[in-house]
Amino acid sequence: MGPLIPNDIIPYEWNNVIAIIIGIAFGFILESSGFSSSRKLAGVFYGYDFAVLKVFFTAALTAIIGLLYMDYLGYLDISKLYIHPTYLWGAIIGGAIMGVGFVAGGFCPGTSLCAVAIGKIDAMIYVLGIMIGVFIFSEAYTLFEPIYNGYFEGNITLMDSLGVSPYWFVFILTVAAVVIFALSDQIRKRVKKVFY
Amino acid sequence: MENHKEQNKHIYWNPYFGGFLLGILIIFTFYITGRGLGASGAMKSSVVAIVDTVTPEHAEKNAYYSKFIDDDKSTLNNWLVLETLGVLIGAFISGGLAGRIGWRVQHSPKITSRRRLWFALGGGVLFGLGAQIARGCTSGAALSGMAVLSTGGFITMLAIFGTGYLVAYFFRKNWI
Repeated sequence: MGPLIPNDIIPYEWNNVIAIIIGIAFGFILESSGFSSSRKLAGVFYGYDFAVLKVFFTAALTAIIGLLYMDYLGYLDISKLYIHPTYLWGAIIGGAIMGVGFVAGGFCPGTSLCAVAIGKIDAMIYVLGIMIGVFIFSEAYTLFEPIYNGYFEGNITLMDSLGVSPYWFVFILTVAAVVIFALSDQIRKRVKKVFY
Repeated sequence: MENHKEQNKHIYWNPYFGGFLLGILIIFTFYITGRGLGASGAMKSSVVAIVDTVTPEHAEKNAYYSKFIDDDKSTLNNWLVLETLGVLIGAFISGGLAGRIGWRVQHSPKITSRRRLWFALGGGVLFGLGAQIARGCTSGAALSGMAVLSTGGFITMLAIFGTGYLVAYFFRKNWI
């Protein structure tokens, strides 16, 4: 029963090999979906290209549904998976700063790496910027520490926060995603085309 | 296909196909390793490694760097760094197969390369800072968090895209 490495079904030594293989697949999928192009990515904010919305939400929903099914069928113990912890204001403020960075720079870290791999110089500068950002955070850590460590709610899920059944939540989210995808196509038709 | 219509130069995968494969990859990653994907983690490790090489005493004293320094093994010997090397290889293969490799600065014809590079630098600084505060970026916090229905993952995702839409107006010249 999964997860395989934490349960010692695959020896820990394989972890590094698997990391590279998963990375290759991740990079290949992102690049082939067009995520090495900042102008394509930024399209989601201006309505001329909704690839980010479609890829991101399709991936998230596929993953949620798949993991719930595997848990249900007994192939995977979902309680053993790493749940991203919730630091309420860290998530909001950090996310807001990232949002501005996304529109200003046109990439997020993963997509900028794909663009670096195919020779985009703006992406290389962007990665340099990320490293400067990390450096600023680390040097001013005492300043950011209250928000970084504060408002900790635990490794909670939406089931804990909202008290809903995961199955109903995913069902509603899926229906919402289909409606949003359809709406995004309508918006795109009305927005002036941008070629890149 | 109507050939006289202006088209984008690059043809990419259908976004639903790409998203589906990415979802399968996330399931596979959780199934094997028990955790999700990431991207900004490797850049953090690189910064820690650089600072630790240049001024080890300073890195030891700093409460943030010292969290990630292990005397037994290199800072760069971790899962996310190897995964990131894989991302570079995978994207290079995909770009190579599609003929997209080449040195260039991609920007809207309405702005100069110099302006694009300054905004890329500034955007990177903000994203790097934000990703530390939120303990992860679009991959590690938002996408992998959402996959396991983490409340924090959903909040981070809403904050990233919500703020993006709020401020998009001010950056429109760069893109449209």
